[in-house]
Amino acid sequence: MIVTNDRRYTIGILAQNVPGVLARIVGLFSGRGYNIETVTAAETNEKGLTRITIVTTGDERVLSQIVKQLNKLVNVIKVFDFSETEFVDREMALIKVRAEQESRAEVLRIADIFRAKVVDVSPHFYTLEVTGNEGKLSAIVELLEQIGIAEIARTGKAALARSKK
Amino acid sequence: MKLKGAQIFFECLKKEGVEVVFGFPGGAVLDIYHEMAGHNIRHILVRHEQGAAHMADGYARASGRVGVCLVTSGPGATNTVTGVATAYMDSVPMVVFTGQVPTPLIGDDAFQEVDIIGITRPCTKHSYLVRDVNDLATVIKEAFYLARTGRPGPVLVDLPKDVLQAHADFKYPKKVDLPGYRPTLEAHSGQIRKACQLIAKAKSPVIFGGGGIIISESSEELTRLARLIQAPVTCSLLGLGGFPASMLSEEGRRRPDPLWLGMPGMHGTYQANMALSHADVILAIGARFDDRVTGKISTFAPKARIIHVDIDPTSISKNVEVDVPIVGDCKNALLQFLEFFEKEPIEGLAETRAPWFDQIARWAKEHPLTYCASEELIKPQYVIEKIDELAGEDAIITTEVGQHQMWTAQFYKFNRPRTLLTSGGLGTMGYGFPAAIGAQVAFPDKLVIDIAGDGSIQMNIQELCTAVCNNIPVKVVIINNTYLGLPRQWQELFYDKNYTGSCIEGAPDFVKLAEAYGAVGLRAERPEQVDAVLRKGFSIKAPVFMDFLVAAEENVYPIVPPGKSITDMLLTQL
Ligand SMILES: Cc1ncc(C[n+]2csc(CCOP(=O)(O)OP(=O)(O)O)c2C)c(N)n1
Ligand SMILES: [Mg+2]
Repeated sequence: MIVTNDRRYTIGILAQNVPGVLARIVGLFSGRGYNIETVTAAETNEKGLTRITIVTTGDERVLSQIVKQLNKLVNVIKVFDFSETEFVDREMALIKVRAEQESRAEVLRIADIFRAKVVDVSPHFYTLEVTGNEGKLSAIVELLEQIGIAEIARTGKAALARSKK
Repeated sequence: MKLKGAQIFFECLKKEGVEVVFGFPGGAVLDIYHEMAGHNIRHILVRHEQGAAHMADGYARASGRVGVCLVTSGPGATNTVTGVATAYMDSVPMVVFTGQVPTPLIGDDAFQEVDIIGITRPCTKHSYLVRDVNDLATVIKEAFYLARTGRPGPVLVDLPKDVLQAHADFKYPKKVDLPGYRPTLEAHSGQIRKACQLIAKAKSPVIFGGGGIIISESSEELTRLARLIQAPVTCSLLGLGGFPASMLSEEGRRRPDPLWLGMPGMHGTYQANMALSHADVILAIGARFDDRVTGKISTFAPKARIIHVDIDPTSISKNVEVDVPIVGDCKNALLQFLEFFEKEPIEGLAETRAPWFDQIARWAKEHPLTYCASEELIKPQYVIEKIDELAGEDAIITTEVGQHQMWTAQFYKFNRPRTLLTSGGLGTMGYGFPAAIGAQVAFPDKLVIDIAGDGSIQMNIQELCTAVCNNIPVKVVIINNTYLGLPRQWQELFYDKNYTGSCIEGAPDFVKLAEAYGAVGLRAERPEQVDAVLRKGFSIKAPVFMDFLVAAEENVYPIVPPGKSITDMLLTQL
């Protein structure tokens, strides 16, 4: 068995929203052999700034290289290494779940427990929108799988550092 | 008054003090060529765009200024890629201007369209596609700024044809606005103090200098520090010349500097590798612990606390674990070290260092750099020693890649910075000749010599035409062993002497070839001719090819077999 010290890390990046900036960031990961589990990106309230959240795996040395390499990119303004700070993270999923006569009520009950919304209804399917941290999303996915998930689309994580109390 | 994009291009170059552009035209950049006259900027027309990139690189390494090249879109741009990657690996300040198809056609697979930004993203410091002529001046300003500051590197600027034809007001920005780019120049004084305390207590310290010493112009400070703290010095291939390999004795003779260990690593000297492996403190400055230096990483410098100064934080603790990381400009850090030790000299230096220097002297005596001299065959090492003897301290040496490069690093005594230009990181065959042309353009009166292999010289030999047409009197010494010698040596030692693919007999007659280009060709076939050929070649004020038919199967020693520790050197022919 290969023992690794690999862990999952969440990294936040504030970057100038210029053409190619995401390609530079993502290219850095693939070119240097770092792993990307999820990536989200969108403009912030400040015009011209994009916030990108990447979940990666690796050991501590890899993480520290990633953070330094990201900082080296000319368009990257700030990198947040969330392994060192408290942060909140959320992910959204759209889940199309089988909803036949006998399971419709059960799906709604589960949706209710997880505060998921029904965003599309058809004779055989409900599509749920659910937001939460990773644990919550895995939990609902696990439950719904027993009923039957047809399709799923997850956004990947968005994260922000907690403000100081 | 509004100017055309192509005119703005030249106004910007003038503002940056550019005196020469290495280039090759094509449809996408003809607007620039159309505007070229009357700007007092020299254009060196190359014969292959790879040559242009290496020339800009050689110009930059020799002078410290930003090298500039200009090529057309598509194949013109892709031909520069090896040159860009070479410059990137060795932190060379360079701006590459590539033509691009007009903006409305981008993405349509237009004629001679290529996504050069995408292709070069991993091997440029930064790159720009200019979509609006109003951005042109700002982009060029930023490109030059990025290329030369911090850890220098190549910056690529892609110029669509319609942008070069459009008009805008020309205003050169006074300052750059790059919120994400703030290289740390000032080394942290607390870290410096920590490092100094380590050094003060060291019994067997080694200073390991890299290319950063040359780039930051701090060889003088490095030399002063080494003398002040009495630490022996080893420099990586790119750091050679950062510390004088030899010093002038009172009788005016050159002798090895007592602090100089030679280069470390795969083809390093015995004493350099042994000293690193037995050091208790290593002060690494502007070096990045390349695998060719460290050998097997888990056994590298097992006893040493490592202090690492580098302007690029990603270089620190990338390959080896570092005890005292110091981010900053080498010169700034060295000045702080000097200040510390000038105030607080290390006491009893002579006694504490004596055993260490005795040990080093024993290593040096046990296994000095050497080779079997011959009266029948020209030994390549002998040619290098002769060049060293005849060229003079001021000469600029470039190399290609292979055995001849390693013999140059071993047997030529580099005493001054910027006198060795060689592709270290990428190891690019075909680099040395165009780089020599670039260096000669920067220093028309210096002796510039490309020490080449018979294989490598054929990779950019077309630039002989560039040298001849522009009266650039570079000297090329071909160490002609009829082999791709370095791969052949590996095949001999590690692949059962299976020489598949490494025999390159059948090369053209280099003397006739030189003459065909309008250059001078000379040849030496016997050891006693070497001196005369070199003297004659160096005295001619024109490009000269000197073909030295050397012992074909000579090997570079020492050699650390791949994957082995640097103490596991093969020292001589088995
Ligand atoms: C562009 C490129 N291709 C391949 C190599 C691999 N390589 C390293 S040294 C070498 C042989 C160089 O031959 P030559 O120029 O004759 O030098 P010698 O080793 O014989 O002195 C080769 C093929 C390289 N470094 N660069
Ligand atoms: Mg050869």
